[in-house]
Amino acid sequence: MSEQHTASARHTHRSRVRILVPTGMLGGGFPPETITRGIELGADAIAVDAGSTDSGPFYLGTGQAKTAAAQVEHDLRVLLCAAVKASIPLLVGSCGTSGTDSGVDWIAGMARRIAAEEHLAFTLARIYSEQSADDLVAALTDDRIRPLAPARPLTEATLKSCSHIVGLMGHEPISAALRSGADVVLAGRATDTALVAAIALDRGLPAGPTWHGAKTVECGGLCTTNPIAGGVLLEIDDTGFTVTPLDTSAACTPRTIAAHMLYENANPFELREPPGTLDTSDATYRALDSRVVRVEGSVFESAETYTIKLEGSALVGYETITVAGIRDPAVLSNIEAWTEFLTTLIADRVSTALGVAGDTYDFDVSRYGYDAVLGALEPEHSSHEIGILFRVRAGDQATATAIAKVANPLLLHLPLPGAQSMPSFAFPFSPAEIERGPAYEFVLNHTVAPATPTSMFRTEITTIDHA
Amino acid sequence: MPEVTLGEIADLIRAKNAGPFWITLDVFLDAEHYEAVDRTEVLTPDTVGRLYNVDPDTVRIFRVPTVSAIKISFPRPASQGSLHDHDMHGGQQEVPLAGLAIPRPEGRDP
Repeated sequence: MSEQHTASARHTHRSRVRILVPTGMLGGGFPPETITRGIELGADAIAVDAGSTDSGPFYLGTGQAKTAAAQVEHDLRVLLCAAVKASIPLLVGSCGTSGTDSGVDWIAGMARRIAAEEHLAFTLARIYSEQSADDLVAALTDDRIRPLAPARPLTEATLKSCSHIVGLMGHEPISAALRSGADVVLAGRATDTALVAAIALDRGLPAGPTWHGAKTVECGGLCTTNPIAGGVLLEIDDTGFTVTPLDTSAACTPRTIAAHMLYENANPFELREPPGTLDTSDATYRALDSRVVRVEGSVFESAETYTIKLEGSALVGYETITVAGIRDPAVLSNIEAWTEFLTTLIADRVSTALGVAGDTYDFDVSRYGYDAVLGALEPEHSSHEIGILFRVRAGDQATATAIAKVANPLLLHLPLPGAQSMPSFAFPFSPAEIERGPAYEFVLNHTVAPATPTSMFRTEITTIDHA
Repeated sequence: MPEVTLGEIADLIRAKNAGPFWITLDVFLDAEHYEAVDRTEVLTPDTVGRLYNVDPDTVRIFRVPTVSAIKISFPRPASQGSLHDHDMHGGQQEVPLAGLAIPRPEGRDP
């Protein structure tokens, strides 16, 4: 077959897919007309992210969601009804903020309720991504786990300290669910790009534009000039991808599109996904008109080893906090000396009054209005008012609160060293102590080489019929 | 030598977590200021190490000419959400970078 014949045949049979991304976070809301518009523009699927690590380790630690149930259910209702009516799939990733099994079940419960209330019928796939520490210990023994900078090599103890561990699934489990006939896919923890990649790669579209397009739209309208106006429609085809904002007043520009590779990414050109690395260094960004951008030239390089990134959150203690307001000008002008005096006395009294060993607890005194946010990096040091946030962490809640109570008279009355009279600082409420409960930290920054791309994830398919 | 701060000449400087273990900062400039900052060679791992009290060997700096931006990434000094972390989302860390003095490009107003 001649080259020309092949090229024209390819052009005639050019394939493409259009994916509607309504918002960067399920529960974040979107104008309903942007969904109508996306469907009118020919969306072949709706994909939306429902999680992130950005809000901290508590959500993975406890399996609880950050987003308000009512807001999530509201968004899900609009999307589910639109998808079923248009006979296109709906994919939700990283359910319940951290993508734990309970997060998937949480959204699945909402989907079932909505189906009953709205008389919908669809095939539902739930894909679970939690990992057992024992399985990962076996992988560790097999030398299949690697640290990502700046993490150090993993230990069995760290794995076992986690209250929940998830693997970030790539596109394969999601593709498999779609091929099994799923209309609605609720995935546990997945890479930001996996949902879109599953739809596009399944249709044989090229990897470079697929992964780059997926990354560009994963935060919905954040790649447009008006991030709160609504999401986007991504079209991926044989030679590149195009992004169109769903709100008619918003625009995608070459700069807003190119800039999104920088968002929350340590490297602006390369993004590692389970099967390999996206490289956008030679990508070109072209405005097709004042609102629509075309990107070509993204490439994807398959890795030698397919890897799944792990996230794990471990209980590290229990915390209690106290807030006190300082307006006294004399103390404010010597706040460093005051804080040092406070810190020394608290440590002394905890040791003598409670007998708690210094290495079994820790506390933090931060000075809002002075240097709480930037600490030692803060260049400005003038303030007419400082809010002291005292935060203590100990092995159990009772000890944390006992330490806060020992600190209380000092937070209330501590004068500057050598001062003649005793001040009383401004407490906002009684009791002064607030028990924060269990505290968690992210302790895994590692990848594991699985047996297959789907072996770490479990899929359940159910038929829902309330039509 | 006449100086301006990076914050005075940049269109936008933003900071954010890049996952739980890294902070990433983006400096968006116009094309002329991007070239000028590049020529001054002021933005180095040592400078960033000093500004943020981090090991210069861990600092990564990228030039992104397509959007006239410079990206700076380094491991989070305090683990996200830890007792001594006061910025869960890493979103307020651009201030030291914005205050960095840049020799004023010759013949230009700030």
